Order: sequence, then structure tokens, then C-alpha cells
Amino acid sequence: MGTALVDGLFVFMLAGFIGFEVIKRISPLLHTPLMSITNALDAIAVVGAIVLVGRHESKLSFILGILAVIAATSNIVGGFLITDRMLKMFKSSRPNPKTGAAGTPAKS
Amino acid sequence: MTEFVGSQSFIGLIYLIASALFILALRWMNAPPTARRGILAGETGMVLAIGGTLLQLGIEGKLEHIAISYGWIFVALGIGTAIGVPLGLVQMTAVPQRTALSHAFGAFCVTLVGTAEYYLGGTNIPPFKMSVLCCEVILGGLTVTGSLMAAGKLQEVLPQRPITFKGQNLFNLSMLVVAIGIAVYLVRHPGAPHLYPVMVGIALVFGVMLVIPIGGADMPTVISLLNSYAGLSAAAMGFVLNNKLLIVAGALDGSSGFILSVIMSKAMNRSFTNVLFGAFGQVAAAAAGAQEARPVKSASPEEAAGILAAASRVVVVPGYGMAVAQAQHKVRELYDALTKRGVDVRFAIHPVAGRMPGHMNVLLAEADVPYDRLMEMDDINGDFPQVDVSLIIGANDVTNPAAKTDKSSPIYGMPVLDVERSHTVMVIKRSMNPGFAGIDNPLYYMDQTLMLFGDAKVFVSNIVKELGHG
Repeated sequence: MGTALVDGLFVFMLAGFIGFEVIKRISPLLHTPLMSITNALDAIAVVGAIVLVGRHESKLSFILGILAVIAATSNIVGGFLITDRMLKMFKSSRPNPKTGAAGTPAKS
Repeated sequence: MTEFVGSQSFIGLIYLIASALFILALRWMNAPPTARRGILAGETGMVLAIGGTLLQLGIEGKLEHIAISYGWIFVALGIGTAIGVPLGLVQMTAVPQRTALSHAFGAFCVTLVGTAEYYLGGTNIPPFKMSVLCCEVILGGLTVTGSLMAAGKLQEVLPQRPITFKGQNLFNLSMLVVAIGIAVYLVRHPGAPHLYPVMVGIALVFGVMLVIPIGGADMPTVISLLNSYAGLSAAAMGFVLNNKLLIVAGALDGSSGFILSVIMSKAMNRSFTNVLFGAFGQVAAAAAGAQEARPVKSASPEEAAGILAAASRVVVVPGYGMAVAQAQHKVRELYDALTKRGVDVRFAIHPVAGRMPGHMNVLLAEADVPYDRLMEMDDINGDFPQVDVSLIIGANDVTNPAAKTDKSSPIYGMPVLDVERSHTVMVIKRSMNPGFAGIDNPLYYMDQTLMLFGDAKVFVSNIVKELGHG
């Protein structure tokens, strides 16, 4: 148990630092999609719930596990879906000048 | 080969790859051109992890037993998908409440798994496992109810006004102390199953109490904070199950939520404790009551259209009011009409405009406004003296110059957009009622300010019509 704890803390510390460095660079433009994708990734808790259901050690753990799988799956599906929908909407005026030559209007 | 496929190292490797893909997913999220690749990486990691887990379960379980479990797991995955799809297809204006709801779902999953682990472990749970398990369910529990409350407020099922009572902070604090006290007792004496539901119950009530005193304008900070809690509870679950993939995903989500909460509180010049225990609305209401009616100048859509057409640089400042009025598509038409006339139109986005981080950007992107026209506060603030017209649509506190000059203002010190430096300021507003925080805005009484009274959507479309005639 002791080494498992230290191993876990190592992983937590490193992932935390990587998280800080990576997320600091994310443009505020995308903060809403960021929140919805981290939500979907966080729902990886579904693997814990799946193992709980699969082991079927008690009736209670089985039922709680099923409910947990449902909750996490809805986050995975919904989270990725809405993130994708949002990101599809972000368009730049440069490669796709819908409004003709007015994409980058007069600067003077 | 089968021995390897079912082994701990095999599933460990799968989880390692999934962790790397999750980090890449966030790495690619940093800018719009690569962001959709990030989703693909995240999805691949997710499918690998779930597939690997199911495979391992099948190999290590007993045959007749596992068939039943598989059946139920697929039913649950199916139901989850059926709930997830509509949640993924909500309107963009409903994204804040959807996000709050999904924080609740994530934390619900974590709390259920923690509870199951507790009752399976019984009296034999070692102290370390028990302490992370308590962290998991306390954080998870308060996130479930806190997020549901936040979602209710955002959906306007619950009142948006802060609900406060005397001794609230003391009451909340003592609840938290009792919950932690029970947790400490359970770590030392795991065989006290009657105390466990009490601890979870207190965490659930604490979540409600934490969010009811928080007003609508503080929602961006609260959503970010709940995001962070949801992540941390998932990481704690990773410790309980000794699952490193969960620890990684939880740590990433936790740090993401934390960074966002720090950005949000900085953008409001308030500390975490102030957001959580401040009950902002009350102070503000008292300050607003003392104001007298002062004269303001107003203008019609025709006049506004004339001024806009004559300008060469226009900055639009959107706020929550634009979202409420669903005016983003009309705003895009205005952008098109002005751009066609050679007017340089940009959008100034305050970090806390709207109800969640990045809210305005998503709404304007939905309306097809190119994202390179959306400027962050720090990038555009220096440009305001060269701006001919600042058009404020449904924003209030983020443009309030009192935050810079008036030490008695409740928002003194909050970074704001320097709109009053532009030549003309136009404010679309329903009436002279103060905004959500209830703070009066001296901007409205300035010489260069014109008030455009009316519904944001109707007013903007009238301006567009006028521009079409001329």
C-alpha cells in the first residue's frame, strides 16, 4: 500500500504540473470548449464503474456501479459531442473570407 | 498472447497510451486550428481505455458470470449514450447550465463508486485508502448538489438572487468541520457504517449551502471551481482504485478548473473566499439604493445607425444580456453590414462576460463571427482612445469606470474595459435598472454616452434595417 500511495502521488504531481503548463497556453477564446472536453475526459471514471459492475461482488455495488456507468457515459458522449459542435463553429476570417474583400477591413 | 492480453501490464500499457492521448487532447485544444484534432485524441484514448477494461474483465472473470455483467454494462452504456446525446445537442445559449449539469453527473459517478468501495471494504479498509475515499465522496457529494444548484440557477428554475441568512458562513463552516471530523473518525475506525451516510449527507447539504448565496454574475467562478472539485474527486477515486489513468485525468481536470477559477477571480478582483462567502448582491443593492435619478441622453435606431455608419472603428462589447436576448445572430448581421461599408468592427470580450469562461466567444462563433475579430480585454484596452464608437450590448459591470475611480464601489479594483475612452459610447439596455450585481454605472451619465433603450435583439435588427436603407 505504501509504495502504491507514493507512486500515485508521483503520477498526480506530474500530471498536475503538465496540466498547468498545457492549460495555461489555451486561448481564452476556447475556455468553454476546454471545460466541456475536460468534463468528458474526467468521465474516464467509467472504467472504475465498469470494473465494479463486472466483479459483481455485492448487489449494492452492482447497482451503484450500473448507475455510475450511466452517469459517466452520458458525460463522455455529451461532452465530446458538444465540444465538437462548438469547435466546428470557430472560423477565421482569413482562410474563409465569406464577406468578400472585407475580411480584413481598412486599417487606416 | 492471451496471457499477456489479460495481464495487469497489458491494461497498464493501454491506460498509459490513453493518458498520453488525454494530455495531447488538451495540448491541441490551445488554438482553434488544431482543437478538433484534440477531440479525436481524447475520443481515441477513451475508446481504448473502455475497450481494454472490458477485455480484461472478460478474461479474468468466470464465464457464466461475466456474460450477465457484460449484458448489464452494455445496457448501462446504452442508457448513458441515450442521455448524453441530447445533452450534447443543447442550444449554445444553454451551454452554462449543461456544463454545470455534467459536473454533477461526473461527481455523481465518483460518489457512487466510492460508496460501493466503502461497503465492499467493510472493516478492513486500510487508513490510507479510507482517507482518500473520504476525500472522494466529500468532494464528489458537494459537487453533485452544488452543481445541480448552479444548473438550476442558470436555467432560472431557481432564483438567481443570492439567498443569505444570518450566521450562514458559521453554519457552513461548522458543517464542513463535522464532515471532516466524521471522516477522521472513519479513517481510524472504518467499521462504523452508520456514520458513513451521515458524512455523505452532510457533504450533499454543504454543496447546496455553498451555492445558494452566490449570485448570477459570480457563476463563471463557481462553475470553474466545481469543475476543479469534480476533477479532484476523480483523482481521489484513482487513488482508491490504484488506477493511474484516473489520477492523470482527474489531475488534468482539477488543474484546468483551478486555472479557470483563478482567471475568473482575478478578472473580478476578488479572492476565492470572497466569491464563496461574500454574498456580493447584498452590499451592492445597498450602494445602488442611494443613487438619485440623473439625466441621460438617449438615441433612436436611426440615429445610432447614422453614427455607426460614419465611424471607421467600432468595438462591440457583448455581455450576458446579449445571450438572454439571443441577439448574437442579429449582432453578426450588424457586423456584416458595417464591415461591408468598410468599418473596422471588433469585439471586446471581458473574461467574466456571460455565465461561464468563454461564454461570449462560443455564442459569437455560433453566429459565424470570425474568431480573429474577438479580442481579449488586455489586447484591446489600449486601443479604445482610437475607437470611434463602442457599442455595449447587454454588458454592464465589465464596462463600469467606477471600478477604476470610486473606492466606495463594490467592484473597485476589478479590471474593466476602458470604453469611456472611445469617442462615442452607445449602450443598448432595457431600462435604467442596474445590472445583475445591482451596481449603478456612471458611464451612462457621461457626455459621450448615448443610451439605446430596448430589447437587444430588436434594437440591433432595427439598426441593421436602417443601415440597409442608407
